[in-house]
Parts: sequence; structure tokens; C-alpha cells
Amino acid sequence: MAKITFPVEASHIMMFARSIGDTNPVYYDEAAAKKTEAGGIIAPPSFAQSVAQFNPDYFLRPKPGQPWFGSGKTPSGVQGKATSSGGLHAEQHFEFHRHIKPGDVLTVETKPGKTWERESKRAGKLSFRETISEYRDQDGNLVITATGVGVTTERPVSQG
Amino acid sequence: MALKASALKVGDKHSERVVDNLSRTQIVQYAGASGDYNPLHTDEVYTTQVAGYPSVFAHGMLTMGLTGKMLTNYVGDGTLTKFGVRFTNQVWPGDTLDATATVAAIREEGGVKLVDLTLSTVNQDGKEVMTGNATARLDP
Repeated sequence: MAKITFPVEASHIMMFARSIGDTNPVYYDEAAAKKTEAGGIIAPPSFAQSVAQFNPDYFLRPKPGQPWFGSGKTPSGVQGKATSSGGLHAEQHFEFHRHIKPGDVLTVETKPGKTWERESKRAGKLSFRETISEYRDQDGNLVITATGVGVTTERPVSQG
Repeated sequence: MALKASALKVGDKHSERVVDNLSRTQIVQYAGASGDYNPLHTDEVYTTQVAGYPSVFAHGMLTMGLTGKMLTNYVGDGTLTKFGVRFTNQVWPGDTLDATATVAAIREEGGVKLVDLTLSTVNQDGKEVMTGNATARLDP
């Protein structure tokens, strides 16, 4: 996979913190953040995943002129595909070498990891695939190592 | 403030209600901030009629973010060295989530005091929606 450049902006960190309902000033108030042991604004721990915004080909973002699988005139804008369920997120792990801060320009490289399968009563055959992403800063230093596990289910997960 | 190693013991717990009556709008807010616009999270028509789920549901990463809020409130700003989770059940609009961190170990590595925590986030029915582990730096 190509390397993605992830410029980190204070407004993006603020919006992300709002979306998780986190009112901690260390995520938006420079003066208050300076007095914390973080020494300035930092990003919440799971912010790294927002690199999706900077992936030009990210398949879960509608793009002009291309069919989108969500609803419009019809329940899905994509025809013919039996969409029993899309991929779901099974696991996510972050290792922090330091915390992301505004002004960082991160380079993110993602590599495939292990794959495995398992049978489940609730969703049929489960196919797992792991990806490992390294986030490096403008000096080439490793900031975060992220390991994600996605799962594709044979059918929608039954409830109950 | 980081936690103090001298004030902690194995088995100590910290819990917070991290969301009360989760709204579809908050899920939309998370989609916008994170860039994950999967219609399974925001498009009721697609999710019920095409994907076959009873309603839209939250991004796993929203549950991780909500749980992370409890975690950073507990261990302090910028002290986490590891945070990992498994999503075990879906989170639906209207859910209320309580997240808990339990001290599993207090140890030292290269002269730095660390705490290992186990994490559990449950919904209003007591069903676990996420489990995990985290490690944070401690003050002596």
C-alpha cells in the first residue's frame, strides 16, 4: 500500500474530541494544555485512525462521479452485489512511542499481516485479516504502531 | 496528572459512563471526524434494507474513543503507551455505555513505572461490547 501523508491540524483534533464527547481541554485549549504534563495540545489516543481522511482512495468515503453503495433514490446506489454484510472491525491496537500533536506531518505506511478464518454461530464463516500501520513523524521517528483486524462475515451478525 | 505508583494496587478499578442514550447524530459526528462514512453507521435505509441489520450501529472505533476518554481521565494526559481492544458486540443508537479499567499489574521497565490495565465496556443490559488492555506510565 502507498504511503499516506497525514498533516495533523488542531481543528481536526478538536472535532475528533467532540465526536467522542471528550471535553478535556488538552485536546483544544493551547493555554490549558501547556499546563498539563502533555505540555501542549495532543490528540486523543484513537485519533490516529482518522488518517482515513487523507487516503485518496479510501473506499468508505463517497467520491464525486462514482457510484456509492449507500442509499439515494434506491436503498443502495450499487446494483447486483449480494451485500449480506460489509467488513466489520474486530480489533484495534495502538502502541504509542509518543502522542500525536498539531503540526505533525505523519507518514503512514500500512502492510498486510496475518489472515485466518473461524466458524461462528452468529454470522457463519468469519474471515479475519490484520493490517499493521506505522506512523512516522517529519524526522522519521516512529510515533504510533497500529494493528487493526477486520472481519468479513458470511451473513449479518444475528442479534441476541 | 499521571497516577502515582505508590497510590495504586492490583484490582483497583475506575469506571465512567462514557455515553448516555447514544444518538444517531453523534455517530454521524464521529463519521465526519474520523472519515469513516460506511453507510452501516449512518444510513438507516441501506443498513436495514440492503445489509440486513435492525438499524444503523456505531463504529467500533467510536466505542474505542469513548472508552479512551475514561482511560485518559484515569491515567492522565499523554501517559498511555499501549491501548488495544476487541469489539465483541455491536453498539446501537440509544445505548448507554459504562467503561471500566482494572489494574492488572504495576511494574517497572527500564526505570519507568508502568501500570497494566484490563478494560471492559458494557451496555445498559450489562452486555460486554468491548474488551481491551492498556499500559500507561506512572509517577513514582
